Amino acid sequence: MTNIGNALGRGDFDVIASWVQPGERVLDLGCGDGSLLKLLIESRGARGYGIELENAATLAALKNGINVIQSNLEQGLAGFGDRTFDHVVLSRTLQTVRHTEKILGEMLRVGREAVISFPNFAYWKNRMAVMAGRMPVSEDLPYEWFDTPNLRFFTILDFEALCQKMSLAIRDRQVLDDAGSLVTEEHNFLGSVAVFRLGRD
Amino acid sequence: MTSLVQSPVPSRIQSVGAVSAQRVGFAEPLPLKSGAVLPAFELAFETYGSLNAAKDNAILVCHALSGHHHVAGHYADNPNNIGWWDNIVGPGRPFDTDRFFIVGLNNLGGCHGSTGPASSNPLTGKPWGADFPVVTVEDWVASQARLADHLGIDAWAAVIGGSLGGMQALQWTMSFPERIRNSLVIAAAPRLSAENIAFNDVARQAIITDPDFHGGHFYEHGVRPMRGLRLARMLGHITYLSDDQMAEKFGRRVKPGAGSYGFDVEFEIESYLRYQGDKFAGVFDANTYLRMTKALDYFDPAAAFENDLAAALASARAKFLVVSFTTDWRFSPARSREIVNALVKNGQDVSYAEIASAHGHDSFLMDEPHYHAVIEAYLRRVLP
Repeated sequence: MTNIGNALGRGDFDVIASWVQPGERVLDLGCGDGSLLKLLIESRGARGYGIELENAATLAALKNGINVIQSNLEQGLAGFGDRTFDHVVLSRTLQTVRHTEKILGEMLRVGREAVISFPNFAYWKNRMAVMAGRMPVSEDLPYEWFDTPNLRFFTILDFEALCQKMSLAIRDRQVLDDAGSLVTEEHNFLGSVAVFRLGRD
Repeated sequence: MTSLVQSPVPSRIQSVGAVSAQRVGFAEPLPLKSGAVLPAFELAFETYGSLNAAKDNAILVCHALSGHHHVAGHYADNPNNIGWWDNIVGPGRPFDTDRFFIVGLNNLGGCHGSTGPASSNPLTGKPWGADFPVVTVEDWVASQARLADHLGIDAWAAVIGGSLGGMQALQWTMSFPERIRNSLVIAAAPRLSAENIAFNDVARQAIITDPDFHGGHFYEHGVRPMRGLRLARMLGHITYLSDDQMAEKFGRRVKPGAGSYGFDVEFEIESYLRYQGDKFAGVFDANTYLRMTKALDYFDPAAAFENDLAAALASARAKFLVVSFTTDWRFSPARSREIVNALVKNGQDVSYAEIASAHGHDSFLMDEPHYHAVIEAYLRRVLP
């Protein structure tokens, strides 16, 4: 695994990069300034596109040299054919999407695999914050309750239950703490961010 | 009041200043898509900036329905005659003349200096009029390639256009894949809808049914079908604007003396459209207008590929930037997305920006900061 993503403060990037093979086609939903795609292109020889809605991020992605398509996620996916991509990535964005099941279904329609990272609400520091009576604010949940773009607050166990309900196969799962180090036990308690690789059997 | 604030340093960002038009003749016949052959032709063009030694910094700017080669700057003897896309061309502007060699031309069949219906037909010695062949987007691109040859440009760094100009930028990637490295397709569509064609035909009928049209041979009668052209332009102009913009700019405001229960100009929108129609009819050629709208109608690269746009674009080697505008209902963002989706299907390099703008189809000519920033950022990738 590389350490470039961790240097960017995004340990999940390195996990995602380790799952992408040279030449594979990647679609990054909510690509922001294109840092992840740039990493995948430069370190893994991937090809692909990012979808981004915000003007400033679209411009930043253009400046980063990646193929960026300005669109909301649902519209962006609707125009793409089945199995257009090897991996469809949704990094730290699922919690901001209203139609959770629909987006997961669409990701696995246009892509062979879906790669999803999200903040784990059951991380012990988050639990401590709630125990102390306040909503958690952390490296991985950096917003106050009143300005957060996050609509959904869920845990690793919640996500796995949804995968089971939707009959999505979990091909891989990596969990990181808030320092970006791999968590090897008590994932739902010690993990701040989870990265899943999903497919359909 | 005297300002104590020092004047800002003059910006490096400016217009290209005084420019002059050129003209070049091509003696080799040009076979057209219709089957007709144009025995020889001339193209009017302008250039801004300098072609570098590697000849890899050339940008071709293609015009839309009523455009021409005077893209930017002004003429020394007529400072008020400013190019139609002046706000984007110049030192420090997105089409940066310090980095790029910019070429604008008047398309074949035009009425601003290139060979067109008002030109002399070598067979008769009289104006071509109705006998000037119908030219297509493919024909324009073929003629533009001759201009590239003349200028010593093997491959354009980029071909850029809005609306009908965007269709030419798209066609370049299919007609000459090796001669274009980047295609900037702005406010365009991969083909016209039935509604688009309907508007064009009403415009054409307005011209053709004008008694002064004389079947297209009006030059020899010493008249011009002004009424038809005026109506065509008024109709076209409505489709270039947005409902919101019209509401904001004109609303239901009336001129003094309105409410007379007659049919003179009363609402300001009427006054505006009539002014635009009169201005246009005074300078534009009716036969050119017919041909420009027909070129729009016929453009349909997917048709030869069982309506599969991706298959039509599969031969393209260029990288693409596609841009649309939220209030453009003539060529809506969904039409641009058809192009983007086809390119993504092929795994081709494409970026797409959907610009929030109130100005409808005409947005592509506006100095909207995010729009220009997107073009600037993309062209920095073309040539840092």
